[in-house]
Amino acid sequence: MNKEALKPYIKWGVLSLFSLCALYVVMVIHMTGRPVLAVLVMTGFFLTAYIYTSAKAYTFRYLFPGLVGMGLFVVLPLAYTINMSFTNYSSTNLLTFQRATNYLLDETYRPAGGDSYRFTLHPAGDDYRIQLVSDGSGAHYLTEPFALPVDQTVYLDAAAVQVGEAALESLDSALPVREVIQHRNSLQEVVVQLPSGAEVGMAGLREFATVLPLFKAEDDGALVNQVTGEVLRPNFESGFYETEAGERVPPGFRVQVGLNNYERIVNDPAFQGPFVRIFGWTVAFAGLTVLFTLIVGLGLAVLLSWEKLNYRGVYRLLLFLPYAVPGFISILVFRGLFNENFGEINLILDSLFGLRVSWFSDPALAKTMILIVNTWLGYPYIMILCMGLLKAIPNDLYEASSLAGVGPLGNLFKITAPLVMKPLLPLLIASFAFNFNNFVLIALLTGGRPDFIGTTVPSGTTDILVTYTYRIAFEDAGRDFGLAAAISAVIFIMVAIMSFINLRVMKVDRVEAR
Amino acid sequence: MAMVTGTSGRVRVIAAHIFMVAFLALILFPFLMIISISLRPGNFASGSLIPTEISFEHWALALGIPYELPDGRVLQPPFPVLLWLWNSVKVAFWTAFLILVLSTTSAYAFARMHFFGKRTILNSILILQMFPAVLALVAIYAIFETIGHYIPWLGINSHGGLILAYLGGIALHVWTIKGYFDSIPKEIEDAARVDGATPFQTFRYVTLPMAVPILAVVFVLAFVMAIIEYPVASVLMQTTDQLTLAVGSRFYLQEQRYLWGNFAAAAILSGLPITIVFLIAQRWIVSGLTAGGVKG
Repeated sequence: MNKEALKPYIKWGVLSLFSLCALYVVMVIHMTGRPVLAVLVMTGFFLTAYIYTSAKAYTFRYLFPGLVGMGLFVVLPLAYTINMSFTNYSSTNLLTFQRATNYLLDETYRPAGGDSYRFTLHPAGDDYRIQLVSDGSGAHYLTEPFALPVDQTVYLDAAAVQVGEAALESLDSALPVREVIQHRNSLQEVVVQLPSGAEVGMAGLREFATVLPLFKAEDDGALVNQVTGEVLRPNFESGFYETEAGERVPPGFRVQVGLNNYERIVNDPAFQGPFVRIFGWTVAFAGLTVLFTLIVGLGLAVLLSWEKLNYRGVYRLLLFLPYAVPGFISILVFRGLFNENFGEINLILDSLFGLRVSWFSDPALAKTMILIVNTWLGYPYIMILCMGLLKAIPNDLYEASSLAGVGPLGNLFKITAPLVMKPLLPLLIASFAFNFNNFVLIALLTGGRPDFIGTTVPSGTTDILVTYTYRIAFEDAGRDFGLAAAISAVIFIMVAIMSFINLRVMKVDRVEAR
Repeated sequence: MAMVTGTSGRVRVIAAHIFMVAFLALILFPFLMIISISLRPGNFASGSLIPTEISFEHWALALGIPYELPDGRVLQPPFPVLLWLWNSVKVAFWTAFLILVLSTTSAYAFARMHFFGKRTILNSILILQMFPAVLALVAIYAIFETIGHYIPWLGINSHGGLILAYLGGIALHVWTIKGYFDSIPKEIEDAARVDGATPFQTFRYVTLPMAVPILAVVFVLAFVMAIIEYPVASVLMQTTDQLTLAVGSRFYLQEQRYLWGNFAAAAILSGLPITIVFLIAQRWIVSGLTAGGVKG
């Protein structure tokens, strides 16, 4: 069979298969009640099909995978973060409006004069059964077997049983309260329907009782408290249901709060104070790291490319080791080695010079330690890149310079450095940005400590902007995700401005225009 | 290079060797220390750098084997290190592979093709990848929780979800590969085109083979980056059996339960697979490239 003749069939076969899969996915999404998402996904599939079938979109066949990947995995989280920075998303306003409403509607109360029952939990094979004994009449009820744990409301039918009846006699003995406590969250989801039609729920560790929903939804969205008659209305500015008197009823829900979070960054002294100092250290830290790693990395790469040097393979292998060992482990290793009391580094310094260096409690020394560790961690990356780039420099250039009598240093500054710099520059900028946000190093090595004295928000002398943000968002009880997202957005803007300046200053643009 | 080597040349070589050895001693100090720590008994410093007594307790525990002390007590492995290691390697491999698949053709397009908005897109990529995942942690968590409602194996606490989250690292790699394509002379491709190759054939059979070294570099970088990634994994992975090594290993150095010796053994153990991957890829990283192409 001719391969060329088969081609159109393969093409249309693949296309039909793709369309079928796409339609299925879109249908599934639509069925789950998300029409907007379904349309978006559908558009995406159409675009994909168009790009890979139309001759006009040829260039985009190459671009498409990368662009889609970046759209989904880089742009989407960013956009979501920025969106979140305009909300009050935090530990007090965690739920969506719908879920907060459902939470309130699920609340129950025990009406006065309702029946109450002593309950016991009995194992039945792998399942469980509940026995209820009415406090009033002393009647016994036994539920059908059910499995634990449960994570949503389950309705169980209970049948009346007489004392002495086989079902009751053969029942395994009741579980102790200790085990009931373990299943408490599940048991609270259980609603037992008695033969009379009454529904009872868990009212205590030993008690089931008639329960009724505490709130009733009105048509206009208000919730009426069935006990006090209070009317709760959702306030979409504060993100809470509020009584007429303005009292907030938790749980709160997420709402758009406009620029509130950004105003807090600018106006709240708790954030301004350390911010400038932390920003300064962040820039210094990132800049010095790039400088040190470049010097060490390029120097080693040049040395390793020197053909007269024997054992280059061994050297190269050993020099790569800091990069081959995962950074999070190296950082923890250094954390142990630099330990002020038990660390091996202080052990050596002590025995040689009688020094006990306070690497973690002195700000300047802590910063020095961070730079040492980060240069150690970062130089192999630059070295790998430089060695790849050095390979691309034609040997003729060195042959020519050798004939002209230029020495190794001349080669380095006249040929190697200029040729390597051009492709390396965007990577150095990226390295700067990476270190600007080098969360793992700071978080695992010093955790930002030693802390500033007298600040309300936890912040330290070795904190960089991201760890500062992280501490505000996650080490504070408030877990103010909205505020954290806003600060993240501010950091993003700063990084974007810096890199734009870099691009202009270094005229990468002009290079690209060629 | 000149074939005649003078005395100054030999002195230079020897000086370079001395420098290398001294530098390596400094660089490798933490490794030597950690090996020593992993072999000394107990979890606390004994006061000497070289262990006076060799004990394999930490190694046994890191490999998941219970260890019996001389006094009869049996130490149980504190954590499933090998499982964490496997999780990490699995996630990192797929991440690196998918990043290569997604980024290579776009990098080629950026290096060789002309289209509207190219410069803008390139610059925005450069800026975009400077916004690290750690700043979008809450967003990432929320997004993957939503995805998990529809596709559980891509949701929270799934390796699929983690791999997907790691694909955000693609931008840097597009730039790296593009930079390399830029350095390959266009003349080679023109020659192929003159011979009647289609644009895709030119890319597939001429340019791509020449780019293998940078692809290997990118694969290794993406792999290592996925292995060492900590913030996203710590948010997305929740149960012990799903943890990656990066998230799990911090449990060794808790204040209340400081397992310095056990940590040392586990650290060495986990450094090995990545070193091995690196050694395999190194062959391509070093092999000669364009020099041969243009001359030939």
